[in-house]
Amino acid sequence: MTALLEVEDLRVAYGKIEAVKGISFSVDAGQVVTLIGTNGAGKTTTLRTLSGLLKPTAGKITFDGKPLTGVPAHKIVALGLAHSPEGRHIFPRLSIAENLQLGAFLRKDKEGIEKDIQRAYDLFPILGERRKQAAGTLSGGEQQMLAMGRALMSRPKLLMLDEPSMGLSPIMMQKIMSTIAELKSQGTTILLVEQNAQAALSLADQGHVMEIGNIVLSGTGQDLLHDESVRKAYLGED
Amino acid sequence: MNTLPQQLANGLFLGSMYGLIAIGYTMVYGIVQLINFAHGEIFMTGGFGALSVYLALPDGISMWIALPAMLLGGALVSVLIAVGAERFAYRPLRGAPRLAPLITAIGLSLALQQAVFNWYPDAKAARVFPQLPFGPYHLGSVNIQSGDVFLIVAAPLCMAALAFFVRLSRTGRAMQATAQDPGTAQLMGIDTNRIIVIAFAIGGFFAAVAGVAYGVKYGSVEYSMGFIAGLKAFTAAVLGGIGNIYGAMLGGLVLGLAEALATAYIADIPGMEQFGGQGWAAVWAFVLLILVLLFRPQGLLGERVADRA
Repeated sequence: MTALLEVEDLRVAYGKIEAVKGISFSVDAGQVVTLIGTNGAGKTTTLRTLSGLLKPTAGKITFDGKPLTGVPAHKIVALGLAHSPEGRHIFPRLSIAENLQLGAFLRKDKEGIEKDIQRAYDLFPILGERRKQAAGTLSGGEQQMLAMGRALMSRPKLLMLDEPSMGLSPIMMQKIMSTIAELKSQGTTILLVEQNAQAALSLADQGHVMEIGNIVLSGTGQDLLHDESVRKAYLGED
Repeated sequence: MNTLPQQLANGLFLGSMYGLIAIGYTMVYGIVQLINFAHGEIFMTGGFGALSVYLALPDGISMWIALPAMLLGGALVSVLIAVGAERFAYRPLRGAPRLAPLITAIGLSLALQQAVFNWYPDAKAARVFPQLPFGPYHLGSVNIQSGDVFLIVAAPLCMAALAFFVRLSRTGRAMQATAQDPGTAQLMGIDTNRIIVIAFAIGGFFAAVAGVAYGVKYGSVEYSMGFIAGLKAFTAAVLGGIGNIYGAMLGGLVLGLAEALATAYIADIPGMEQFGGQGWAAVWAFVLLILVLLFRPQGLLGERVADRA
C-alpha cells in the first residue's frame, strides 16, 4: 500500500539557516501521525512547507501520488491537503459563517457546503450559536474550533493541525483533543503537530520526535509514550 | 454666488472626485500595505486616455456617444498602467523593506508625469477637454455645472457597485480574506496574486472615472493634475481610515466640504482675512490631514482592533 503523504529527505531553510535538515516520514490514509518536539524543532516549518507557504531547498513531497514541490499554496488545497495553522489565523473581521464558507472557497456544490457548515456547527455547537458574530471576538479556544472547522470545509484527504492546544485552558484543551479523537474515529487522516506530547501520542498511530530540524526517534504512539528518553525529555519525568 | 448651499454643493462635488481617487489608495493599501504614490498619475492618464479617444472620434460627434467611449478608453489606459505598475514595479519588491516600494512609487509618479509632458501632443500646457452638452442647472440659489452632474451620478453608482462586489461576490469575499490575512487566504485556495491585481485594476478604473470627471468639470486636463489631486485623495483615504472603502468615500466628502467651506468663509474670521480664497485650498486640506494624524490616526472609520488573538 502506498502512503497518502510521502516526505523524503525534506530540507527547508530561512536564508542561510536550515530549519529542517532532511526529514523523511509518511502518512497512510486513515492514520493519525504526530510530530512532537520543542520550540524551534522545525515542526511548523515542515507543515508550512507541505502546504506550499514555504519552498523546500531539497527533498521530495508526494501527496496522493502527485509531487507537491513547486505547486503554489492556493493550488495545494485543491489536491486535498488542508492546513489549520499555528496561532489559528481565523479572519477576525469576518463572521464565523463567512470564515467557514472561505474554507470551502474552491468548492462549487452549494448544498454540500451548507451541509458541511451544519456539520461544523454540530461538532462545535458554540460556533452555530454565534454564527453571525465577528470571528475576532471569539475566545482562543473558540477560534481554534473555528480554525479546525474551516480546515475541514475543504473536505480534505489529509488534515494538518498545527498546535491546536496552544495557549488553551486545560478544559478547552481536553475538548479540542477529544474532537481530534472523534475525527479520527470517523476515519479522517490527520497530521498533528503538538507540544503537548502526552495528548498527541495517546491519539497517534505513528509519532516522530523532532529536534533541531531532524527526526531523532520514530515509532507508534504507544511505543513513544512508553519510551524512556521521550518520557524524560517531553513528558516531564525524571 | 457665494451662498452657504452653493459652498456645500461645491464641497460635495469636489469631495466625490477625491473619494473616487481615494478608493485606489485605500484598496491597494488594505491588501498589500503599500501607498501607491503613483496613483495620482493613474488618475491623470485616465483623463488623457479619455481625451485621446475623443480626438480619435469624428468631429461634431454627440457627447452622448463620445462620453461612454471616453470613459472606456480612459479606464483601459488607467487599468493597464495600474496593473502594469503592480506587475513590473511593485511585485518584484514584495517582501522588501517598505521604503523600497515607496520610493519606486514616487519614481513611477515622476516618470508618468514626464512621459505625458514630453510625449503626449501639446501636453506641455493644459489641453482643452470636451464639455457635456447640458446645464448649468439652477436649484434655488445653487448653480450646478454639467461636470458636477456627471460626478453626482457616477460617484454613487461606482461606490454602490463596489460595495456590493466586495460584500457579496466570491471574489469580494476573497479580497476581504486577503486583506485580513494573506498567508491564510492562500491556505483557503485563494490566488492572492490575482486578488492584488484586481485591487489595482479597480483602483485604476475609479481613478479613470475621476479623471474624466476632472476634465468635464474644469474644462481641461494637464500632466501635473495628478500631483495635488493625488495628495488630497490620499489625505481623504487617511481621513476616512486607510484600508476602508467606505472611509475613502466619506473622507473624500469631508475633505471636499472642509476645503469648500474654508476657502469661502475663513477670511470672515477676524485676523484671518489674508487666508481666504482658492489659493489656500490645499493648505486647509493638509491642515486637516495633520489634525487627523494627531488626534485620530486610525481615521474616521478606521478601527484600532487587535486582529489576531
